[in-house]
Amino acid sequence: MSRLPFRTPRGYRRERVDRGVKVRSDDIFVIASSRDLAYVVAPRAVVVLALLGFPLLQSVVSSYWQTVILNTLVMSLLALSWDLLASVGLVSLGQSLFFGLGGYTAGYLNARLGLGPGLGIPVATLVGALLVTALLYPLLRLRGIYFGMITFALPLLLMRVIETTGFLGGTEGLSGLTALPGRTTELYLVTAATLVTVYAYRRLSTSDRGLVFHAIRDNDRAVMASGYNIQWYKAQAVFLAALPATFAGALYTHHYQFVGMPAFAMEYSTLPLTSAVVGGAGSFIGAVVGAFILVPLSEVMREFGSLRVVIYSVMLLVFTIGLPEGIFRFVVRKYSQFERLVPIDDDVQPGVEHGGGHGA
Amino acid sequence: MAPDVLLRVTGLHKSFGSVRAVNDVSFELARGGALGVIGPNGSGKSTLINLITGFVKPTAGTVELSGKDITGIAPHRAVNLGIARSFQMARPFYNLPVYKNVVIAVYSPRSRKRMGAEYGDRDEAAIHLLEEVGFERDSQVPYKKAGELPHGYLKRLELARCLALDPDLIILDELFSGMSMSEIASVLPLLEKIRAAGKTLIMVEHRLRELFRVIDSVLVLHFGRKIAAGPPAAVMEQKEVMEAYMGVEVKA
Repeated sequence: MSRLPFRTPRGYRRERVDRGVKVRSDDIFVIASSRDLAYVVAPRAVVVLALLGFPLLQSVVSSYWQTVILNTLVMSLLALSWDLLASVGLVSLGQSLFFGLGGYTAGYLNARLGLGPGLGIPVATLVGALLVTALLYPLLRLRGIYFGMITFALPLLLMRVIETTGFLGGTEGLSGLTALPGRTTELYLVTAATLVTVYAYRRLSTSDRGLVFHAIRDNDRAVMASGYNIQWYKAQAVFLAALPATFAGALYTHHYQFVGMPAFAMEYSTLPLTSAVVGGAGSFIGAVVGAFILVPLSEVMREFGSLRVVIYSVMLLVFTIGLPEGIFRFVVRKYSQFERLVPIDDDVQPGVEHGGGHGA
Repeated sequence: MAPDVLLRVTGLHKSFGSVRAVNDVSFELARGGALGVIGPNGSGKSTLINLITGFVKPTAGTVELSGKDITGIAPHRAVNLGIARSFQMARPFYNLPVYKNVVIAVYSPRSRKRMGAEYGDRDEAAIHLLEEVGFERDSQVPYKKAGELPHGYLKRLELARCLALDPDLIILDELFSGMSMSEIASVLPLLEKIRAAGKTLIMVEHRLRELFRVIDSVLVLHFGRKIAAGPPAAVMEQKEVMEAYMGVEVKA
């Protein structure tokens, strides 16, 4: 394809057409041709292999950038968690609640009960997720901005409770916790968690349960009128959404061998939200893409100090207005379609559908 | 006394602040019967439905289904006991394809329990139900996003959603409003078929002529009060009903 001019010339319009391979590969017949198979598998394989290969490059990549990637993957897990909640219509402004509860649970299990990370992280993931669900259960009736406000307030509240009561180490936090076996283990743990979560969430969203989640977001009354206990379904969504976030918190606790009040920091609420929106909410892969853009970017911009928050906000604004579908869907569209110029025919009425099959 | 009363409403009250939306309404509905609820705008028809289906909790009074007290029950429990309702303002799951809207109801706990084997493939069952309410099977309509449907189709989609639940009592809130004459004409035989299948029906309607072809008794509400009840022809003769409807004093 020759490149199209940036501006559409007068008398022409742009038409987007699905590539033939895209149309074919929507069907099972893709396996008939190696070229089609490559078209479908290649982008997935490249990403998965890059993620799995990265921890092996430790001799090449500086320790600093290894940490950056670790942070990025942790933020991806939080962004995934945000995205699943949003898929039921619960817009959370407090992913740090999930992160902090997972982190403190792991810290408590390690410092007080002597559980090592091998058992402590999985237990903290489950117990943390149950704590989150129990804490949010009474609030699930709230919708839209009200749910957001409460989730925003809860981590701040827990932070003050820990500060004033001295519970769980108070302002000092819990330190001297057991370390993980090494950088490679840490990176593989968080990479595996991200890949599993993306896969599981995407499977979930096409399942019948995912359909109900989606319907609750669109119109909860009609779901109630279809005989669903939506409170129960929302609680399931919160629990499933909490798992990667509490895992991230637990992992971080053992990574730093410390957990303290910063685990409830606002950064763990704002960055995941921004990542999911910039990458493309609702696709789950978008949340990871967003994290991989924002977290390294924020490292590069470290010298700007708190001005970084302004830059996030501007990005959030630009993307919600300019590219509401998010980067991921935009890239997928470009990958599967090409554009061509078509002369505008005055005889044809605008808005008339041009063929196109229906998906089933 | 009717031998088999499906729904019994006794002394139902609902106040929103100082407004009495429903004021001391009582009625009985026999199994297999069909009741029309009519009245001017704001007379409490929709509130009455919300009270029966659990979407609004009553201030006083009781609702009984087959002799069981279901006053103020949670909406999903009401569905599981066999009450399905449609909404006056049809709000589908806009982003989902039309047939997936029905799959939600096909997948619901009640449908799975009662129709599990019969429904088999859920997508297929959903498309079959859509065909039943007059969606053309071979058209693209069932695969479109629900947000793109015209209003009359949305109303029939609501009906398909209700039918998917295999209910004993179907409550339709202004099903005909927003439908064209030909759409109504195509739905009337379906409603008769539903009745013939032994289902009990409550219809809130403004389109009286079409309503009276389906139902066998009518309840008239005015400012939340029941002002008349009985067979349609007799009720419409009553002075209070004519006054409420015409908005003028009728000279006797």
